[in-house]
Amino acid sequence: MSSDTLGARRVADLRLDFPVFRDAGEHAPAYLDSAATSQRPARVLDAEREYLEHHLAPVHRGASAAVGRSTTLFEDARATVARFVGAGERELVWAENATDALNIVALGMADASAGLGGAEASRFALHPGDELVVTEAEHHANLIPWQRLAARTGAVLRPVRVDERGLWGPAELAAVLSPRTRVVAFAEVSNVTGFLAPVAELVALVRERSPEALVVLDACQSVPHRPTDLAASGVDFAAFSGHKMLGPNGIGGLYGRAELLDALPPARTGGSTITRVTLEHAEFLPAPHRFEAGTQPVSQVVALAEAARYLDELGMAEVARHESALAARMVEAVAALPGVRLIGPPPGEERAGLVSVVVDDVHAHDVGQYLDEAGVVVRVGHHCAQPLHRALGVTATTRASAHVYTTEDEVDRFIDALGGVRRFFGVAGAGEQTGVVA
Amino acid sequence: MSGLEGLYQQIILDHSKARHGDGPLEHAAAEHHEYNPTCGDELTMRIRLDESGERIEELAWQGDGCSISMASASALVDLMAGRTVTEASERIDAFRAMLRSQGAGEPDEELLEDAIAFHGVSKYVMRVKCAMLSWVALEACLAEARAPRA
Repeated sequence: MSSDTLGARRVADLRLDFPVFRDAGEHAPAYLDSAATSQRPARVLDAEREYLEHHLAPVHRGASAAVGRSTTLFEDARATVARFVGAGERELVWAENATDALNIVALGMADASAGLGGAEASRFALHPGDELVVTEAEHHANLIPWQRLAARTGAVLRPVRVDERGLWGPAELAAVLSPRTRVVAFAEVSNVTGFLAPVAELVALVRERSPEALVVLDACQSVPHRPTDLAASGVDFAAFSGHKMLGPNGIGGLYGRAELLDALPPARTGGSTITRVTLEHAEFLPAPHRFEAGTQPVSQVVALAEAARYLDELGMAEVARHESALAARMVEAVAALPGVRLIGPPPGEERAGLVSVVVDDVHAHDVGQYLDEAGVVVRVGHHCAQPLHRALGVTATTRASAHVYTTEDEVDRFIDALGGVRRFFGVAGAGEQTGVVA
Repeated sequence: MSGLEGLYQQIILDHSKARHGDGPLEHAAAEHHEYNPTCGDELTMRIRLDESGERIEELAWQGDGCSISMASASALVDLMAGRTVTEASERIDAFRAMLRSQGAGEPDEELLEDAIAFHGVSKYVMRVKCAMLSWVALEACLAEARAPRA
């Protein structure tokens, strides 16, 4: 199947929706860093501007008609994004990004452990010796909040180990689950390896072995790229970021099952989160508003809903198919390059639309510099996953990642340039086939 | 790819493999570890001063990183061995000014010798830290070695 079509549309046409590609024409660099930040279509930018030019007003406070319109736009946007990820409207809390969303859960549990939130919050309270399970492959955003929670409560962090490709699965998880496990946190898609976690199977395993554990899903590399139904997935909480799904920076989502969100103490407090306040005491609204303290980023929320509509119109199953085909193209070509080591699932195995590599004897920053000069934008570094890189025995990798607008030609330019790296830095062996860079 | 060859001049590629001064140093008077968290590059610089305490008798480093950071450490060792502390500080200042120049001006070849090859790095904002790693470490070593002992 061609990866240059996406549903009924040719990717070349779809790219015209994005000012950055439309205006650069044929000379646009190959942008293969969408796993860090995605580009935005004009209609997402227009939606934000339209709100700011014609509807800007506070939400959920005051009594004017303008407030009413602004509030309706704000809550309609919540409904749109909630539908997009398979959540009920009350099950989607606005956060700054996935990092912030994960912190809301971890800090809420810390508050519950300190006795805040009353009897209903006691289900979140941790005690010394309780166990928090994270994988060695996690992004720091899904690791450090749990480290801090452990330090605050006396709970113990239990890592799920990865193999030499950076992969793990149900067996590795089962090895660390226990009746004292209270949190199991993992990414649905690894931002380094492209590994796709079998979420349903893992959730079932956790329920069986660790009935008191909450499953927290870092969905920030899956929501923008694959059909998502969080309620059906069975997880307890999930986090995602707007700027990776063709939407704005500064807005993201926390999904939580309604009964959990209503009981989790809000770690950040202030205006808009409360019912009754006295000088000594405050009572909090139910979810989602109990977590949304202070003035909200309404224009970003409105634009994020437009991004969700845009993706929905393309069809997330088609988006996933398109990106899988690009990933397969990259993986096969990388596997044929001498002196280049592929991280993550081997060719032929399912993976998300991103590929990380190690070029033997050339540091990732030098690889990235060479690719940049060749007009290929990738990400180099540890991708906020130092423990994973340590497990792989490297300090840094080079990652190429695709999105809806990525073309076969861009992937091929990446592969061609990658093939020239070892020769340029004088480490290619005699007779080593190398790519040609113009 | 003329831009790239301006960054990775042959002398830099050569230094990145030659790695002058790569190794331990016995009886170091000062040692300093530098780490760049964005890429994981790290380097430990060690120096020994002569009896007067005014001259760098020997310096050596151990580290791991990109070709720019490793080549820069190698060129630094060539430039600094046997220098007085004042001469070394003067050269660190000149090197830093060159890397902050964003490609402007002419570097002082008399002062920096082969290290002027890193002038091209100044046009690549994201790589300036790589080139500075060992120089910042030496600067900290000099400060430590000259600090009054408690």
